[in-house]
Amino acid sequence: MFVVARAELHAPKQEIALLANALDLLVPMSTDDGGFHGPSIDEFFPGALLFEGTDFEINRIMLVRFVAVAALLLVFWLGTRRMTVVPGRFQSLVEMGLDLVRVNIADDLLGKRDGKRFLPILTTIFFMVLFMNLTGVIPFLNIAGTSVIGVPLVLAIVAYVTFIYAGIRKNPKNFFKNSLFPSGVPWPVYIIVTPIELISTFIIRPITLTLRLMMNMIVGHLLLVLFFAATQFFVIQLSGGWTLLGVGTLAFGFVFTLFEILVAVLQAYVFALLTAVYIQLAVAEEH
Amino acid sequence: MLHAVLSAATEGGEASPSPVIPEWYDIIWSSVCFVIILVFFWKYVLPRVQKLLDERGEAIEGNIAKADEAQRKAEAALEQYTAQLADARTEAGRIRESARDDSKTIVAEAREQALSEAARIASSAQAQIEAERQAALVSLRSDVGTLAIDLASGVIGESLTDDAKAQSVVDRFLAELEASEQAAAGGKS
Repeated sequence: MFVVARAELHAPKQEIALLANALDLLVPMSTDDGGFHGPSIDEFFPGALLFEGTDFEINRIMLVRFVAVAALLLVFWLGTRRMTVVPGRFQSLVEMGLDLVRVNIADDLLGKRDGKRFLPILTTIFFMVLFMNLTGVIPFLNIAGTSVIGVPLVLAIVAYVTFIYAGIRKNPKNFFKNSLFPSGVPWPVYIIVTPIELISTFIIRPITLTLRLMMNMIVGHLLLVLFFAATQFFVIQLSGGWTLLGVGTLAFGFVFTLFEILVAVLQAYVFALLTAVYIQLAVAEEH
Repeated sequence: MLHAVLSAATEGGEASPSPVIPEWYDIIWSSVCFVIILVFFWKYVLPRVQKLLDERGEAIEGNIAKADEAQRKAEAALEQYTAQLADARTEAGRIRESARDDSKTIVAEAREQALSEAARIASSAQAQIEAERQAALVSLRSDVGTLAIDLASGVIGESLTDDAKAQSVVDRFLAELEASEQAAAGGKS
């Protein structure tokens, strides 16, 4: 929505003003005291806590990320500290998580050898995304570390660099040629195919990886905020008969919290899986 | 949100930051997080897991090998026992056979021995009988001789004191007697 709104920055101001007035009727005002506080995109840009104005600024979301990283390190340190051939419960759980990446993503798509080569990258991507996604439903953190573009973008760049590296290592001379000029196609078709391949392979891929993850997390957060803010509004501000509606929005909030857990796991899986697929396409003999 | 954006748009003032435009601090801290996690997994977690998986694989293989070994041993033992059993059977058969042979030999020997013993007893008995007959014959001869001489002396009134004469008479008598006996025997047969 905001993209659209920003795109219209160049539209005549009158129209914008009209649109704003029209929307005033639809969207409750947030300026009134005691009114409804709807979710806002500003929530993803909280005030700085440390190093304000520098390139090392730390705000609430950065802290949430650090917490996620610390949790990840703790879980996997505890889970792999004393590994036994016959695993205990906690070790089984950790192994199950690692097996999901190793067996279902790396080995299945890339085979044993390449799977082992790219396993550290894939494992890192999966668990970093998973842990940072899950902070979105954890009380007091309440925002996904991946809902700000930094993490999705960095990981997408990692995936991009990795699959291009994999392709060049596999086929130093012909990687770009095979990617852009697929064999078995009559040459005039290249006029259409090559630009499509160029855009889809080298431009769309990182963008979709980034945006898919970030938008999922932003929307998830906004949905949860919307439901719980509405509950707060109905139960505390309006009270009386409105409480019933508040119970309804609370129930929705609960259901969507569960849904967000699913989305968190799913997005982590999709990100790691797509990275593996891109690597697999790059190292495939025939493109 | 819309208000913020729209009011920013209308007023031309400071807009809400766009979520698709990254801030440097965002990128930097994301990269830091990524590098920490990557190094952690790469250098710590995954090698340990790999080591564990290798160990587990080895343990499984070891157990399989051990089971194979045990099975092989059990089979060898079974084979050995079977062979021993067969040996024992043939041995028993052989022993039985030889016992049978032995018993036959023993019986035969015993029989032979009994026969020879019987023959020996019979022959010694015969010899004894012969000896006794001879003795009886000799003693009879002398007794009969003496008796006959005495009788004849009495009859003829003449003492046959001359031993030589007496002897010759007796011998003649006996010879006659024998001849008559032989004639009787020859007539009988």
